[in-house]
Amino acid sequence: MVANIIARICALLLSAFLIAAFALPAFAGPFEDAVAKFANDEFSDTEEAIGAVSVSGNALAFPIISALQDGRLSADPDTKKVYITQEDGKIIDAATGAAVDKLPDNAAAVRLNNRLRRTVEAALGGLTLLSPDPAKRLAAAQSVFKSHDEAALPVIDNALSKETSRAAKTAFTEARAAILLYKSDATDVEKLEAIATIKARGDQEALALLTGLPGDQSPIVAKAVAGAIASIQSTQTIWSVLQNAWYGLSLGSVLLLAAIGLAITFGVMGVINMAHGEMVMLGAYTTFVVQEVIRTRYPGLFDYSLLIAVPLAFIVAGAIGVLIERTIIRFLYGRPLETLLATWGLSLVLQQAVRTAFGPTNREVGNPSWMSGAFELGQITITYNRLWILCFTMAVFAILLAMLRFTPLGLEMRAVTQNRRMAASMGIATSRVDALTFGLGSAIAGIAGVALSQIDNVSPNLGQSYIIDSFMVVVFGGVGNLWGTLVGAFTLGIANKFLEPVAGAVLGKIAILVLIILFIQKRPRGLFALKGRAVEA
Amino acid sequence: MPHVLTRSLDRSATIFLIVVAAGGILIPLSNLLLPSGSMLQVPTYLVALFGKYVCYAILALAIDLIWGYCGILSLGHGAFFALGGYAMGMYLMRQIGSRGVYGNPTLPDFMVFLNWPELPWYWYGFDRFWFAALMVVFVPGLLAFCFGWFAFRSRVTGVYLSIITQAMTYALLLGFFRNNFGFGGNNGLTDFKDILGFNIQADGTRATLFALSCLALIVAFLICRAVVTSKLGKVLIAIRDAESRTRFIGYRVESYKLFVFTLSACMAGVAGALYVPQVGIINPSEFAPGNSIEAVIWVAVGGRGTLVGAALGAIVVNYAKTYFTSGPLAPYWLFMLGTLFILVTLLLPKGIVGTFNSWWEPWKARRRSENAESAAREDGVSEPDMAE
Repeated sequence: MVANIIARICALLLSAFLIAAFALPAFAGPFEDAVAKFANDEFSDTEEAIGAVSVSGNALAFPIISALQDGRLSADPDTKKVYITQEDGKIIDAATGAAVDKLPDNAAAVRLNNRLRRTVEAALGGLTLLSPDPAKRLAAAQSVFKSHDEAALPVIDNALSKETSRAAKTAFTEARAAILLYKSDATDVEKLEAIATIKARGDQEALALLTGLPGDQSPIVAKAVAGAIASIQSTQTIWSVLQNAWYGLSLGSVLLLAAIGLAITFGVMGVINMAHGEMVMLGAYTTFVVQEVIRTRYPGLFDYSLLIAVPLAFIVAGAIGVLIERTIIRFLYGRPLETLLATWGLSLVLQQAVRTAFGPTNREVGNPSWMSGAFELGQITITYNRLWILCFTMAVFAILLAMLRFTPLGLEMRAVTQNRRMAASMGIATSRVDALTFGLGSAIAGIAGVALSQIDNVSPNLGQSYIIDSFMVVVFGGVGNLWGTLVGAFTLGIANKFLEPVAGAVLGKIAILVLIILFIQKRPRGLFALKGRAVEA
Repeated sequence: MPHVLTRSLDRSATIFLIVVAAGGILIPLSNLLLPSGSMLQVPTYLVALFGKYVCYAILALAIDLIWGYCGILSLGHGAFFALGGYAMGMYLMRQIGSRGVYGNPTLPDFMVFLNWPELPWYWYGFDRFWFAALMVVFVPGLLAFCFGWFAFRSRVTGVYLSIITQAMTYALLLGFFRNNFGFGGNNGLTDFKDILGFNIQADGTRATLFALSCLALIVAFLICRAVVTSKLGKVLIAIRDAESRTRFIGYRVESYKLFVFTLSACMAGVAGALYVPQVGIINPSEFAPGNSIEAVIWVAVGGRGTLVGAALGAIVVNYAKTYFTSGPLAPYWLFMLGTLFILVTLLLPKGIVGTFNSWWEPWKARRRSENAESAAREDGVSEPDMAE
């Protein structure tokens, strides 16, 4: 019975389509006749009317069908006139589109049952399949792919023959394959082709489509389906591994950015700077201030706000760093535990200062246009801001490495790291190197803050959330070695993201912390320990 | 044994013990016996507040024992404190019985809320006080033992140890925030009704808890004193000042550290267990790394390596915190706390008691020598060396 009706609709759709394709305007009469059928209050007539209207090509077809779906289509059984109550409450005649003052008293909403509702949905899908907008066609094809409604097959065939956009054409082919796969009277050859098409698509929906297939298939089809499912699943595993790897790289770059300054101060000076996170926060707030000024004064410069903020944050955080070193930390050399406490106190003061100045709530920092949005690479989504942060981190890392290697200051810093007393004996002003090193570490934390303001909430607690992670990175990677920090950050980032789907976000993090604690037992000086006598100071 | 305890009592320790004992007796008595509204009557809320300070003082003693005498800076002692608190909290939860909101006789409210069919295995036994009391000491002790076993044997020292203890408490913080961990998640354990059959809100119970806390402080102080003045204590100080040399002399440094670290964790656990019934709640925020660092600053303010100073610092800083955070100065409290951290480490590295001692001792010594000098002059004996 159902198959019969569906076949009838298909025939109708097809014939009406052919007609519509040839000469639209000449068939105003049949459209009106079709519309009038809504007034018969018979489900079978309504069904015919839906079929006829949806292929009519008339501009009113879409409003009529969508009104039907929402229960806004009313009919007068006596005059056989049909009315649409528009969403703004105005009423129009469905056949002509002419405005009507009010509904006749005996007009009643056209009734639907569940089966008709499906027909309506399919018809709406079919209507958008022919939309002049390629994006809409694509979306409609996707929805047909999911619903795999046989009624849409003729429309798809028709649309496919006319389609010019490549993306939409693929989508139509896939939608057609989905329909054929579920069509009870399709031949095995057709089904096998369909399976191949769906397998080539290879995403979650294709998998759902294949696994949802009823079991009563011929052996050859069933075998092909099983093969396709296995193949899709294995590709998906690879993609999810890649996706996790990308997330891990992204997290790793954030960790590296936050930890790199810490690695310098800790590595060169053996100073535990608990206020390091607050330097990151100051950088983020610098970005906020820069954007505020730009918003109010020079709105045209908004896209350059980050480029302006980076040097400013470098200067602000660096200057504060030098100030801290000169006023507090230099009195505490050789007393690392006291330094830890003093800088913790400092972090409380800085947090409270920012809270007083900018308020305790999150401040909004916008993304410039070149950092917003995302693109698809195969089946993984890559957001531009994460990508830029990764590039930025690598750039900072490379510059820092070059600076340590090729500049006089870098040479002095390395000398002090390796053997402070010997360096002092050679005439290096170690206290000046200390101040500059601390300033540099803080300045890098500051520019890290500019980057982190793009992906995190800018609040007085911003730094707190990074401090323990950054310490873990430095301790894991080994002190006094930037490459160790690099490896440490990316290892931790990737390990975290691979544990997350298995163990959940929180347990994954706990597992990482426990693993690091165990790792430190094994290698108390980190992955890349500095060798020599300096370590036993 | 009395010899061991009294041997170590110098003047400041004696004063400290007398003050604590007097407070532990007089404050509850004044609260219970004097009519309310009387000038000398201590209101119940103050008794609970002082009780909290005393618990903090025990925690500070525990930290001073390892930091002041063995050079181990733990930034995770709040974890042991909180674990002890949770053990006591679990006992108190089971005492609620069917008086909870859902009226379930065995399951605490939050488990009923989460549709748990039965009590998880690790909650068994907590309906008995002796078991809970055992766990208060045992759980923090076991964690400290395992942690210290790994850390000290592989010679993780200094700031590295500080950071991994901080990671430890942070990991516990994250864990206890989870609902399916079975400790009430975000909300923790609260809404306690009674302890050992006594109503936990009653004045008498509160006064008794306060007296017990003072007693625990005295006992903890005497234990610490006994440890640090014994031969073991001398080795601990040697480890603090020159770990490698002590090892080369032939002492097994890690065993000493492990012992004192575990002992300290057990004391912190007891402090937490006394803290929970007096404040009426325990939740995961007690594990926050900031709390542990704050506890370290109490010790630094009072004077590390003095024991009396640690307890004094805990009380002074917390009193200041209560005073400032309840007044119009509340927004400035973090400024003050932060500045306190900086100033104490920069200007007062010995803390209040240490600085006082370093003024007091030379003065006393000079007075003693002046006395001796004048006595000698009266005897008509000259001091030939004095001229030079």
